[in-house]
Amino acid sequence: MKPLLISRHTATSCIGTGLDATRAALAEGRSGLRHCDFETITLDTWIGRVPDLEAVVMSPALADYDCRNNRLALLGLMQDGFIDAAIDAVSRYGAKRVAVLLGTSTSGILETELAYRRRDPVSGALPPDFHYRGSHNIFSVAEFVRHAIGAGGPAWVISTACSSSAKVFASASRLLELGLVDAAIVGGVDSLCLTTLYGFNSLELVAPEPCRPFDPARSGISIGEAAAFALLERAPAHPADDAILLSGYGESSDAHHMSSPHPDGLGARMAMEQALARAGLATADIDYINLHGTGTPSNDSAEGAAVRQLFGNATPASSTKGATGHTLGAAGGLEAVFCALALSDGLIPGSPGTRNLDPAIDIAYRQVPQHAPLRHVLSNSLGFGGTNCSLILSRAGGKTS
Amino acid sequence: MNAKPLSATIRSVGLIGPGFDNWPEARAVLAGNVPWSPVATRIPSPGVLPPAERRRVGAVVKLALCAGVEAVDAAGADASRLATVFASAGGDGANCHAICEALASDDRRISPTRFHNSVNNAASGYWGIATGAMATSTIISSYDGSLAAGLIEALALAHELAQPVLLLVYDHPYPEPLAAARQVSDAFAMALLLDPRGNDAPRLQLGELCDAAPDTLPDAEMDAVRSGTPAARGLPLLALLAQGCSGKVVIDYLDDLRLELSLTA
Repeated sequence: MKPLLISRHTATSCIGTGLDATRAALAEGRSGLRHCDFETITLDTWIGRVPDLEAVVMSPALADYDCRNNRLALLGLMQDGFIDAAIDAVSRYGAKRVAVLLGTSTSGILETELAYRRRDPVSGALPPDFHYRGSHNIFSVAEFVRHAIGAGGPAWVISTACSSSAKVFASASRLLELGLVDAAIVGGVDSLCLTTLYGFNSLELVAPEPCRPFDPARSGISIGEAAAFALLERAPAHPADDAILLSGYGESSDAHHMSSPHPDGLGARMAMEQALARAGLATADIDYINLHGTGTPSNDSAEGAAVRQLFGNATPASSTKGATGHTLGAAGGLEAVFCALALSDGLIPGSPGTRNLDPAIDIAYRQVPQHAPLRHVLSNSLGFGGTNCSLILSRAGGKTS
Repeated sequence: MNAKPLSATIRSVGLIGPGFDNWPEARAVLAGNVPWSPVATRIPSPGVLPPAERRRVGAVVKLALCAGVEAVDAAGADASRLATVFASAGGDGANCHAICEALASDDRRISPTRFHNSVNNAASGYWGIATGAMATSTIISSYDGSLAAGLIEALALAHELAQPVLLLVYDHPYPEPLAAARQVSDAFAMALLLDPRGNDAPRLQLGELCDAAPDTLPDAEMDAVRSGTPAARGLPLLALLAQGCSGKVVIDYLDDLRLELSLTA
């Protein structure tokens, strides 16, 4: 594929609101996880909660979209001049030439969960202030962002669990390649809710401690929330040396099981191979892999097997889930932004939470942040239900020094 | 919207809706050959799923899988080799209702099956288990315009892969109390096997995003199905297809935009 320019990007998660705080946390190998203090939840688990999200106020014009997920989207859009860059793209290209494609897994379901507690005791009706379209509906976050920036091109939400906001980069690439649009706002927003915390708990997939990806004592995930956005455009003929490009993507399905991955990581391997082929790169060209690395026993061993088969044990790899928690539908977008920061800063993020390496997984796993020259990096997102996506990001002007 | 027109032949159709158990029944009605009996949609049972999975899946997944199987079989295609695009406005409302009820109760434990059926990509996951398809599968939502969004993604994907792509569009009504906040009139599913190559079948071409009104159906009761269920927004296109006619159709997409399509018989 012809590489696309990521002309602006931003991330907001429990390790930081905006890029400055995020890159500082990544450089320090700091975790933002804390013991669960969300809502009325009594589970003994750790979460990645975005600070001060409750203080975000929606403008009256967008009040119909008021819910935790869209407040997180708004907080994310306001960082690093992203909303201005998006509005500028709309004015440069024309509203209909700008797409909004976002990933989420639970959208504004929290509002519905809370509304169910306030059902009319006689009729069972939801309270009159419950606004389905602006909160519960899965498309709500893309509709909200579309209105917030005035975009008028194609818009949709991809909801393929944990690969959602990686797959939107692939969708946007197709629309740009075919000339249907000139720019795309992509990314993901997912927020804490009871469904995912109690649901993953019912599957016995949440850890009672901060998650420990690729650790032999790993016992599950820590759930987090995040908003990550990227502005994708066609790359100029001669991009600046420090320009960050999307140079490949691969998408596959496990066709195996609803809630456990293919044991050999076959689907994950297919996604990585496709991404390399589309980028025209060999495995030796990849300088860093941001693993999906959730911290569940089966996910890490399947992904580890896939990476080992393809890359051997030479390519540095790490999981940032111990820093942010698993941000589910936002994870692919969030970790794509981490990869962009890695390329800009020449920094391989570490793996907070991991104390020891699982001796059964033979890959070049990095526990602490490390400065290194980087040119091409790969990010894996492997979804519940078996939907996988790998992205390759590159620095236009060769390796950072 | 188009720099170069994006199109594909419609190799086959799968359809389940009120009064329609399959595409041949719907085609006969939409072509004007047979009167329509508007009985409530019958939810089929997906024989392609292993029995254990068949017991676990909700009506939404059954609809999607059965419409998909009909389209694949009608074309004599190999499901295990097809990329898929699933489009649904609301996913599995009954499952969501059960989870929200449990979470609002004193005992918040929810069953593992309920939880893994709650992901919006449940239909895609079960499709993969049933067919062994390891190609890309995408699950798209765009409120009432989910069909339009699915068509854009499916046609773009078919062009990128230079291979047929199966588009599956499906919706099922919510139970109360959610139904009061989001009304969907009946269950409906449509599958289209879209092939960017070949000229031996009717060709569907993507037009512009426009502000024209959506096309309607002449039968008011059948038009209520179209307007009452997001997945049924393609009925005017299917009517053209059933009648063997060429023409343009405008379908709902985003709140201020519609999508124009053209069909060459």
